[in-house]
Amino acid sequence: MTEIPLLEVESLTRRYGRRIGCQDVAFTLWPGEVLGIVGESGSGKTTLLNCLSGQLPPSEGRVSYLTRDRGAVDIWEISEAQRRLLLRTDWGLVHQTPSEGLRMGVSAGANVGERLMAVGARNYGEIRTEALHWLDALEVDRGRVDEFPDAFSGGMRQRLQIARNLVTRPRLVFMDEPTGGLDVSVQARLLDLIRRLVSELSLSCVIVTHDLGVVRLLAHRLLVMRQGEVVEAGLTDQVLDDPQHPYTQMLVSSILPV
Amino acid sequence: MNAESLEGEDRPGHTGYNYAYLDEQTKRMLRRALLKAVAIPGYQVPFASREMPMPYGWGTGGVQVTASIIGPSDVLKVIDQGADDTTNAVSIRKFFANTAQVTTTTSSERATIIQTRHRVPETALSDGQILVYQVPIPEPLRWLEARESETRKMHALREYGVMHVSLYEDIAHHGRIAKSYDYPVLVEDAYIMRPSPIPKFDNPKLDNCPALQLFGAGRERRVYALPPYTRVVSLDFEDHPFDVETWEESCAICGAQDSFLDEVVTDDKGGRMHVCSDTEYCNKRLAAQGRQEATA
Amino acid sequence: MYVAVKGGERAIENAHKLLAEARRGDPEVPELSLPQIEQQLSLAVDRVMTEGSLHDRELAALALKQARGDMIEAIFLVRAYRTTLPRFGASEPLDTDNMAIRRRVSATYKDLPGGQILGPTFDYTHRLLDFALAEDGVHPEARVADDPLPQSMPRVTGLLDAEGLIESSEVDDSRPVADVTREAESFPADRDARLQALARGDEGFLLAMGYSTQRGFGNTHPFAGEIRMGEVAVEFIPEELGFAIEIGEITVTECEMLNQFKGSDTHAPKFTRGYGLAFGQCERKAMSMALVDRALRARELGEASGAPAQDEEFVLYHSDNVQATGFSEHLKLPHYVDFQSELSILRNLRRDHDTKAARKEAAE
Repeated sequence: MTEIPLLEVESLTRRYGRRIGCQDVAFTLWPGEVLGIVGESGSGKTTLLNCLSGQLPPSEGRVSYLTRDRGAVDIWEISEAQRRLLLRTDWGLVHQTPSEGLRMGVSAGANVGERLMAVGARNYGEIRTEALHWLDALEVDRGRVDEFPDAFSGGMRQRLQIARNLVTRPRLVFMDEPTGGLDVSVQARLLDLIRRLVSELSLSCVIVTHDLGVVRLLAHRLLVMRQGEVVEAGLTDQVLDDPQHPYTQMLVSSILPV
Repeated sequence: MNAESLEGEDRPGHTGYNYAYLDEQTKRMLRRALLKAVAIPGYQVPFASREMPMPYGWGTGGVQVTASIIGPSDVLKVIDQGADDTTNAVSIRKFFANTAQVTTTTSSERATIIQTRHRVPETALSDGQILVYQVPIPEPLRWLEARESETRKMHALREYGVMHVSLYEDIAHHGRIAKSYDYPVLVEDAYIMRPSPIPKFDNPKLDNCPALQLFGAGRERRVYALPPYTRVVSLDFEDHPFDVETWEESCAICGAQDSFLDEVVTDDKGGRMHVCSDTEYCNKRLAAQGRQEATA
Repeated sequence: MYVAVKGGERAIENAHKLLAEARRGDPEVPELSLPQIEQQLSLAVDRVMTEGSLHDRELAALALKQARGDMIEAIFLVRAYRTTLPRFGASEPLDTDNMAIRRRVSATYKDLPGGQILGPTFDYTHRLLDFALAEDGVHPEARVADDPLPQSMPRVTGLLDAEGLIESSEVDDSRPVADVTREAESFPADRDARLQALARGDEGFLLAMGYSTQRGFGNTHPFAGEIRMGEVAVEFIPEELGFAIEIGEITVTECEMLNQFKGSDTHAPKFTRGYGLAFGQCERKAMSMALVDRALRARELGEASGAPAQDEEFVLYHSDNVQATGFSEHLKLPHYVDFQSELSILRNLRRDHDTKAARKEAAE
């Protein structure tokens, strides 16, 4: 790990009128690190993810990202054009529902290749080769490269969405319940795959989930959120094996041991 | 456009309407929009399109552009599908002959303003000429994104990846780019633009053209422009380069092999002949061969 | 042979002559006069004025005559005429509180000050063809009431407003009123521009859009708070005078819908409003407009659900029948060139396909 964090978040707050979305959140994410954000629905974890990933402007606070070329920038200070560029190059964003992150009207290959074309790739053969490479990496049958996402199962669509994000070799990937809504066996295989890719590509990730099994497997560190605030933070094993906050204790005890 | 035309204001034609139909305020508004369009090649400038005495979709944008730049000393040519005598071209030419008392012509060389629907003349244009296109849908991103608020943002941020996605899809499914007309272009490495529904055959004529090219979309309330000698590149891939239509046949009337050919069905037994879509070009070639104009 | 399009000029002229003849019909039948159209097809005249955005009964009647009764064509004629007229300003807001009422109904109160006035309405008629009308010489007469109607009648929304039960209609008089015929639309549109566009919008389109909200595509729980029709004065402030003068009197129909209430932490719940106004007695139009106006406020009121009638771009870009008819009908203009290009591509694709198939066959 280098000395400069990839992502540095300070006193991040988002209000909806008088209601609190998330409040006073602070953390740092180091290159190659996977951070899990857990909590039940309504705890503010998706609001937080949206503020981090440039989708939703925070009411207060800073989100500082270490860019490849310009050092650390506050992503809410840079222009929308720069933010959107970041989001389709150096970042990935994996939605819980694959149809939100895919173009359902174009083929798997075009979905995976889009980011390349968006940053100027103009060789069809190369784009296609790269798309096939990422289908392989996500263990999607390359023979299906010209099929539409509709024809894929939920698990395969999610792989497609991940491939579409990884094609520009981002350094930071945000995932919102990446295995939500999938069968248990499909979930397990997808989680294994994500774990392998994260380590092979030294990706940094912020993963939002209500599923402690997911973070147990993927995350190095954890934030536990409740009513918009972080109530506990620490190394994953530490937090899950020896929860300090009563809410975390409740969360941990409410699931069956793995 | 010339100095005389800008001063020739408020001279009512025999129609009882203002010169060239539009009132001078409206013409000024249009000229301001056109100047902006010329200053930002390929950028769609909103303008307050007026209701014209012909239906939307029938050239109201082009007619408004022409009306705002035309003057008594102009010579006007109007074509539709490349021909001077298609009904809508006749109708528009007559409109300006009545309201602006201009000389009309079928000669691309003599014309100072050429209003067109769906074609660029085969005859190369020259300095000082203005080509006015009638545009039905100005937004190149429209089929990929229906919302104007979103497409304007995509232009502002140059988020054009999706255009190549659609070309990619053509190749993936058909083995080649299947767009044949209204083929999108990139203007001066900045804005992606629709050339209006001209066949892609005409796309190369837009590039580095000595004439000023103005595009008017009345119903959609947009004008855009290509100043003379603007770089215009048709979108493609390195390994699937842009190409234009070719015909094995040549024109059955003038023998041209280099012009866009219309296919004419001559009987119901598969009989076909190919003739120049640009009637003036065809007649010019005939005249050069010392032959008579084809009679109907 | 090939130049079937040649002689276009003569063809057009001949078509115009045929059209004129068809418009007149059998010369043995007496010709329609403009007063006949204006008086006896008055609702058609009202609609042409409303969607043509030009209040002139005689011109509307002329347009209807010239258009052979085709509504959209007549609206188009009026619009094309209107666009050439100079603009010398905007009138003062119509004071519909002081309308000389001919019809006024509310669906929300059984009775209210001023009463329910049915007026000339198709409501409650039995839709039986009246064969007596097939003959000339019917002179129906309505009896005049003994007492005139009151000068002004309180509005239902006013009654609710007094109790604080309905949102107040906020008006910013300092801003000039939008003119959708003089500015390109932009989105999100302000309500004044939106209402103008709806007022010009196609009655059938708005009817269908409003109807869709009632069937669950963006429900707004509407009540017809009040519909009133009658004469209002039009006032204008000439620059050189500096005060308002009455320049005429027009008939309008106004509809105020009361819709589902809305509250928040800081505001007690209140009914919301949708508004419709049309020239003459275009009641269906005014009601549809009010339904759609309210549906289009979904974003502002935080209730957008993605229903078509809530989608500003969708509704406003497609409500204008003159634009819609022009573009839909332009498909009958020649498209030889584009079609030729498509033919050329299609033949190439088929050739590719056949080559591929042949190669595959050879390989097997």
